[in-house]
Formats: sequence, structure tokens, C-alpha cells
Amino acid sequence: MTLKDFKLKDEKFARTLVFINCLVPAILLATDFARGRLGANPLDFLTEATGTLALIFLLLSLAITPVRRLTELNWLIKFRRMIGLYAFFYLSLHFLTYIWFDKFFNFAEIVTDTTRRPFILVGFTAFILMMPLAVTSTNNMVRRLGGKNWNRLHKLTYVCAILGVAHYFLLVKSDITTPLAYATLLAALLGYRIYIGYFPPTKGNIISAPSPIPRR
Amino acid sequence: MLIKKPDDIKSSEITPERVYFSRRNFTRAGLLAGSALATGALYRGFLAPIPEVDYQDPNVIARGTASEAGEALTPYSNITSYNNYYEFTTDKYGVARRARNFVTRPWTVTVDGLVNKPKTYDLDELLRLAAQEERIYRLRCVEGWSMVIPWTGLPLSAVLNDAEPNGNAAYVAFQTVEAPKQMPGWNSSGLDLPYVEGLRLDEAMHPLTLLASGLYGQPLPAQNGAPLRLVVPWKYGFKSIKSIVKITLTDRQPPTTWNLAAPREYGFFSNVNPNVAHPRWSQAKERRIGDFLRRDTLLFNGYADQVAGLYNNMNLRKNF
Repeated sequence: MTLKDFKLKDEKFARTLVFINCLVPAILLATDFARGRLGANPLDFLTEATGTLALIFLLLSLAITPVRRLTELNWLIKFRRMIGLYAFFYLSLHFLTYIWFDKFFNFAEIVTDTTRRPFILVGFTAFILMMPLAVTSTNNMVRRLGGKNWNRLHKLTYVCAILGVAHYFLLVKSDITTPLAYATLLAALLGYRIYIGYFPPTKGNIISAPSPIPRR
Repeated sequence: MLIKKPDDIKSSEITPERVYFSRRNFTRAGLLAGSALATGALYRGFLAPIPEVDYQDPNVIARGTASEAGEALTPYSNITSYNNYYEFTTDKYGVARRARNFVTRPWTVTVDGLVNKPKTYDLDELLRLAAQEERIYRLRCVEGWSMVIPWTGLPLSAVLNDAEPNGNAAYVAFQTVEAPKQMPGWNSSGLDLPYVEGLRLDEAMHPLTLLASGLYGQPLPAQNGAPLRLVVPWKYGFKSIKSIVKITLTDRQPPTTWNLAAPREYGFFSNVNPNVAHPRWSQAKERRIGDFLRRDTLLFNGYADQVAGLYNNMNLRKNF
């Protein structure tokens, strides 16, 4: 038995499993916060951690396709939308910590910040670009748009991930190790897609549009 | 097609439906719990802060519970677990752990350059040049957070006067110890090390300028710049260089580490100024560690009445 023979037998349970695991960081963040275990500067930590999580989940969603092709575990695609939605979930929390703990809903300040600080503008843009992707992630919207259009629209994920990494680069003071690590991962994930574009695989019939979630 | 009756399986051996499902549920619960624990461990390993501090809050409460301005002191545990000391790591939560084995004795400090009496002091000898004083100062980090810290130390002027700067001396250059073997972040800091800083001579001689060797009445912990650091309370925190081994009087403005790393962002003066933004973020407000709301940042970090005179007729926007 090889890896590709590993079948997804219990899809409903697998979804629960992925859902719970994606939620774990949020639960730990919340409980650590409630117990005063986020260090000396918990509010800034919440901002940093939710931003990092958004980026990690964005990269995870982009990793599904390469991993699926390399392992021929086609059912992996069933989890991509959920992971992408989690990226948006953590990004929304990140945005909330910014407008709340950093700006205290002072919208004049937020506007000034966005126009004057490139890293805020870049992050804000990524957040806005992800909104249509989150909205069109229901089965109904996939059907209404059609697989082809849906795929085309969701290529915006590439742009969001690039903006996310750029946002990170623009805010560090001197040590670029971490943003560089994310940039390298992203380059590999996007590079794989360019490579596949030039050298399409001959065998296998891989459809990229998501299949509707079974209702049971 | 012949279907054999499975005689070899006795009906008594067939797992009852209830047990079969409870076993399946057991496996599922195990998978859920196990994977969630693994994800949690990943999160803890890579993302969660390490508030682990070896040092307990000392029972020594600094004499007086509030600073001159009536602001509450930042707890010892926060001051010693949230540090910017890039030689150890750029992770503020991780400095305390990585600085644990930093050796601070024996320690010497060389004072040289344009002085009549250049000298290499043993640390204890240097600390005896003036009476140890407790000074409660605000510390404003360029990143937008602040603390109120009870330091112990002696005025820098006491050390400079002992060495007798000559008539050509106009600036003071400082250097942090060069100890890459003891400093795990040495090669990944993104900075050109060893760390160097500088002050104009009148800034260095100002009575507020302190050489600190203690915190909350205890010896300075390594993560806070042991055994001897500069404290210039009206400038951004990075000007207050840590673990000093060399003080050199010069006639020209010395290079400073953050200015070399990003000249547009960090000037030689780096006075706290809410009206001059960092090119990438505003400096108008700050979060006092422990507070929920941000407070307004004060010009010269609230020490304007004592230090503004040093910068008469100077364009603070140009000389940031």
C-alpha cells in the first residue's frame, strides 16, 4: 500500500478533525489571554500572533494543490476551502486587534495610518482582497460562478499571500529571518504552479474546483 | 453464484452494534484529542510567548511606589521578560532565557580617547566613583511601548569627570561587549555588531544621564544589559546601550548601530518626540506596559523641562 492508496473513508469526521485543529491556536490564544499568559504586552502579542496565523493558514491553503499533485491524494482538495476560510478568520481577528487595541476605533487615525504607512496599506489591501474570496466560498456561490470563474477569482489568493509577506517585511526593524522564511515558502508554492504551467503533468486528471460539501 | 454461510464465525463472536459504534467513537475521540494536542504543541513551540522568568519578583519594592510623576512602576517580571537585546535574540520574550548564562564578572570598562586620564576600570572600582542612586525613569521604546523603571546607578558625568575630558572632546562613543559565543543571536540580528552608541558631550554630562548597574534594588539582570548600561530617559530606548565595555571621548559624532542599519529611520539624536513619526509608524502614542489604552507620548519623554535647553535653536525634525 502506497501513500496514494490512503483513502478518505469518513469525510464528515475528517472535516470535524480539520476544523477543530484549525481552531486550536485561537482557543489557546484566548485562554492564554484570559489567564494573563501572553507576556508583558498581551495586546501587541495578539496582533502579532493573529497576523502570523493568517499568513500560515494562507500558505497552508496554497500548499494543498502541490501536495495533492505530488501525493496523488486528491481528496485533500476537500479541505482547502475550510483552510482558506480560517486564513480569513485569523486575518479578520488581526484586523480587529489593529482597529481596536491599536487605534481604538479612531477612524480618522486609521485613515491617516493607511495613507502614510505603506505596511498598513499593504495589509489593508490584502484584507479587502480576501473578502470576495470568503464571500464566494459557499457551495451556492461556487455553483453560481461556475468552476472556471470561481478558480479564476480565487487566484487572488496568490496576490493576498504576496501582500501578506510584503506587509511582514515592511514592519520588521532589522531581523528579516522570519519574513524571509515565509517568502521562501511562498516562492516555492507559487514557483511550483509556474513550473506546472510550463510542464503540465501528462497523466492524471486533476480538477481544481472544489466539490460541494456533502450534507448528512 | 454460491454464497457460503460464514460458519466459521459464531454468532456469539459478532461484535454487537453498540460496542462497534462505541469503539469507533473511542477511536475518533482519540484522534481528535491527539491531533488537537499535537497542534497545540506546535503552536506553543513556534508562536506562544515564553513568559518563563527565572527571577521571582524581588521582595524589594523600590523605595516609593510611584515615580516623581506619580506613575506606577512597571512590575519587575515585565521589565525582565520583555526585552530588546538583539545580540541574544530579536524575540523580546526570549531574551531572558537566552541571556541566562551570560557572564558579567569579571568585567572591565575602558574610558579612553580625548581624555587626560585614560583608564581601564574594574567594574566595582567604576561603581565606587559616585554614590549609587535610585532613579525612577520612564523608558520609551521606539516601537511604541513604554515602562516605568527603578534603576540604580551613578551619573555618567562622575565617570567622565574622573577621566577628565580634554578641550577637544565633543562627543562620547559607547561600545557593547563583543561576545558572540555567549550571545546566540549575534549572527542573525540584522545589525552590524558590536553595538555602538553615542551622545553629544553635553547630553552625556547631563544630570539625568545614568550608568545603571541595578534594577529594583537588585543587580541588573543580563537581559536588561548587565552589568552596566546607559540610561538616557529622554531618548528612545535603543540609545541606552547595554553591557558597556568601552567609553571613548571623540571630537566628531560617532557612528551608532541603528543609524548605520537604517539612516532614514534612526537619527543620531533619537529624542522621544510625538511630532516626528518614524517613517513606518507614528510616534504620537505609546502603550504603557500593563495598560489597555494607549497614552500620548510626551516631548522628550516628559523630561522637556530638564533637557529641552540642550536643543535650543535646533530643528528637531531635521535632527531626529
